[in-house]
Amino acid sequence: MVSPALAPDDVVNALSIEDSIAYLKSKHPDAVADDEREGYSGVLVQASKLVEVARAIRDDLGFDYLSSATAVDYLGAGDHMEMVYHAYRTSGGGALVFKAQTEREDPEIPSLVRVWRGADFQEREAWDLYGIKFPGHPNLRRILMWEGFHGHPMRKDWREAYYEEEQKPFDNRWPGGHAHRSEEKNVFGKNVTYPPDIDLNRLMDTSESEVYASLGLGVDVERILDKDGFETNELVVNMGPHHPSTHGVFRMVLTVDGETVTSLEPVMGYLHRNHEKIGERNTYLHNIPFTDRLDYISSMGNNHGYVLAVEQLMSLGRKYNPPTYRCEAIRVMMVELSRIVNHLWAIGFWLNDIGAFFTPVLYFIQERERILDFFEAVAGSRMMCNYMRFGGLFGDLPERIKSVSNLTNDRIRDYNTMQFLTEMVNERIPRTIDELEQLLTQNEILLERSIGVGILSGDDAINYSAAGPLLRGSGVAYDVRRADPYSIYPELDFDVAVEQDGDMYARYRVRVTELRESVRILKQILPRLEATEGESIWADGKPGAYAPRVPFGEAYGRVENGKGELGYYVVSAGGRGGSSNPWRYHVRAPSFINLTPMGLMSSGYKVADIVGILGSIDIVLGETDR
Amino acid sequence: MDLNLQELERTEFPVPAELENNIAITSLSQLYNWGRRNSMWPMLFGLACCAIEMIATASSRFDFSRFGFEVMRATPRQADLMIVSGTVTKKMVVPIVRLYNQMPEPKYVLAMGACASGGGPFKEGYNVVSGIDKYLPVDVYVPGCPPTPQALLFGMIALQRKIDGQSIANGDDVPWYGIGPAEPTPVPVLGPDIIDPRQMDMIRRQAEAAAEDMAMVGQRELPSATQLVAAKVATAETTGAASAAISDDALSFVLPTGGNPWTEAEEIREKRRLRALARKAVRASRRSAEAEEE
Repeated sequence: MVSPALAPDDVVNALSIEDSIAYLKSKHPDAVADDEREGYSGVLVQASKLVEVARAIRDDLGFDYLSSATAVDYLGAGDHMEMVYHAYRTSGGGALVFKAQTEREDPEIPSLVRVWRGADFQEREAWDLYGIKFPGHPNLRRILMWEGFHGHPMRKDWREAYYEEEQKPFDNRWPGGHAHRSEEKNVFGKNVTYPPDIDLNRLMDTSESEVYASLGLGVDVERILDKDGFETNELVVNMGPHHPSTHGVFRMVLTVDGETVTSLEPVMGYLHRNHEKIGERNTYLHNIPFTDRLDYISSMGNNHGYVLAVEQLMSLGRKYNPPTYRCEAIRVMMVELSRIVNHLWAIGFWLNDIGAFFTPVLYFIQERERILDFFEAVAGSRMMCNYMRFGGLFGDLPERIKSVSNLTNDRIRDYNTMQFLTEMVNERIPRTIDELEQLLTQNEILLERSIGVGILSGDDAINYSAAGPLLRGSGVAYDVRRADPYSIYPELDFDVAVEQDGDMYARYRVRVTELRESVRILKQILPRLEATEGESIWADGKPGAYAPRVPFGEAYGRVENGKGELGYYVVSAGGRGGSSNPWRYHVRAPSFINLTPMGLMSSGYKVADIVGILGSIDIVLGETDR
Repeated sequence: MDLNLQELERTEFPVPAELENNIAITSLSQLYNWGRRNSMWPMLFGLACCAIEMIATASSRFDFSRFGFEVMRATPRQADLMIVSGTVTKKMVVPIVRLYNQMPEPKYVLAMGACASGGGPFKEGYNVVSGIDKYLPVDVYVPGCPPTPQALLFGMIALQRKIDGQSIANGDDVPWYGIGPAEPTPVPVLGPDIIDPRQMDMIRRQAEAAAEDMAMVGQRELPSATQLVAAKVATAETTGAASAAISDDALSFVLPTGGNPWTEAEEIREKRRLRALARKAVRASRRSAEAEEE
């Protein structure tokens, strides 16, 4: 055991998680205690000392990256609210988990925005959905719902209008063959009682004024004289939620001085479809198809993160078989293929944003269709694959691939699977990438538009919890596949793509390199698939339990998805034989948290660059709003 | 049905011989519809996952331009068709209704996928509108989650067929062929929950009822299956009859006039129980046979 006394930075940075916890306990003996609940890890921090302890975690111990901050409502299990933080080192390694608890009535936890700016949106989400106040937060407003919405919907005692029962599977809806629907109980779908003197006019636009107030603008915009003595006005421009930039229903409110953006405020929640509330009612298995619909470009990656989290929990129990080698190889192959799909899509639509409208992306979509055909033949669906299961997969690769959706003008396809994959990995995809690079990488217009625009420095990227190509484009070589390896990534040979410049072009270069690295991984996967031909994808040869009983505990499963670090925080309430439904199911969505530095990256650039900067972050609204 | 030039030239109306190849006769409606159905411009308007399949449908492999859906327009003022491609949330339905009001007539709405048609997998969510048809008139519903590009194309062609059947002469059938512009759809308001201005009467009555501590208008308690069985047992105990008729007002609206669902529920349960017993017996015999073999 390393002595917990103060040591020079480089030594402290190398402390293991246990030693780090020991150091924290010795430095703040009255504020830090072990989390001794069964199946839980990390430390409990007294809420009043949270900021101090967090600074020690960041500065003394070197956990500079706050991956996730989320709230849990323990109604009936201690009756308190809890904020759970997962901090990592960008040099790699596991998480230091720390938690702060507070009362359920008027919950208050000091804000960590001053320590990690990445906590900004996540704390606003906790306020919105759980009603936890964060003293010290500069801009604590609702983020997913609108101002004026009744209640905080993720609290365990808040019931939605179509509430049926606490947990699925629900009671029989067809007693005696007569269907019950939740709408019949609540015909107008309302769970609100209004005051008798309700006046529609008074309700208008309350949420809008809050948005504009957050930009620091009064009703009257101040007159500013520029250096030549001309009167200039700062103008507020609203962009979205409907706009042609094909990034979904995302909205930005910006103030501009002439053509130059002075500040920018993302407004989201237009696709908030209550993933987490529904997820807590669902059984563990129910949630897999819902994860498909998070980042709907790369559903395989979403599946992977979720099954990893639940497998972590299941491994605490007695009956658990880890997936077989073949299963892991297929998983990695699927995830890498969806990374290719994701990056082709991202680059294509980023080009749309900077002016190459829809011509380049048509070529990328052509290649994407080829990969989707493979997904459809294997998993049964083009986009929503719903392919992975706890401890296994929905099914093994078929021997031959037949096109399920062949059009009359397509050639009828019937390939041997391995032959199809070999051809795709060795020829088709590399050819597409070559073509892409040949047309774009040295393209003068692209260079002019993207070099030096939307700069995010490495320190800011870490502090704002940026992830994925956004983080690696700023010179931070942090890739979960290498930094905190999972599945069979440790034995695969690939490099972490990294660029130093931090601008739009750097992010483009990172994506192109990752495309090539994914192909490199796929080339190593193919012989592994051939070697394990005939092996089962399930540990004991037959499919595992579809409705697993999960023991008490918490787990945080994270993967490197195309958009960045995708994490799932799952809490199981345990019980006799284990729980069948998650008590808490939280998604650490890279698209959501990557938007935190959007304002910082945009100010000072021209209006025409804003959509390009947004495109270079690569968000998907299903994941941003969940 | 598309216009066929050869057929149009064969007409029973007298046409001078020298003009025979130059004159085609058809009805104005048919000509008008032919022009309209083949230049339906969808709005470039994606909501969620379905939008990705919509983009795939517009791209080279499927290419809906072949069927007259030419280009997608980002502004509602140049669009004829709104493809509601994805989950409609309470926060988003406000701009959607505004966009619909900004589209020039004639205009059509296609609900793409389960969410836009009826809430889909996210229906139970607190921020989800269960189907855009709660606010806008929908012409075509395309099922799927998400629908494949082929399914979307099929839906779009179904819309073209629908247009073929519309007549400019009939203003009652198609609103925009009547006199004057149609009324805009009232834009919903975000209050404590989403408020459809058309429901204000109901909301006021509900509020008054709540103030007087009466039951909410439009809310009913439905019996669950277990409650049904429990009530059945209770009635059987009190009346001594196995198939006592139930006349509870709260239940009467789910119960059909003929047949008693409780006895039916019981019968189904009994059948299931017997089937389960049979399966159990089969398993037990198989296990004992295996044990003997060993």
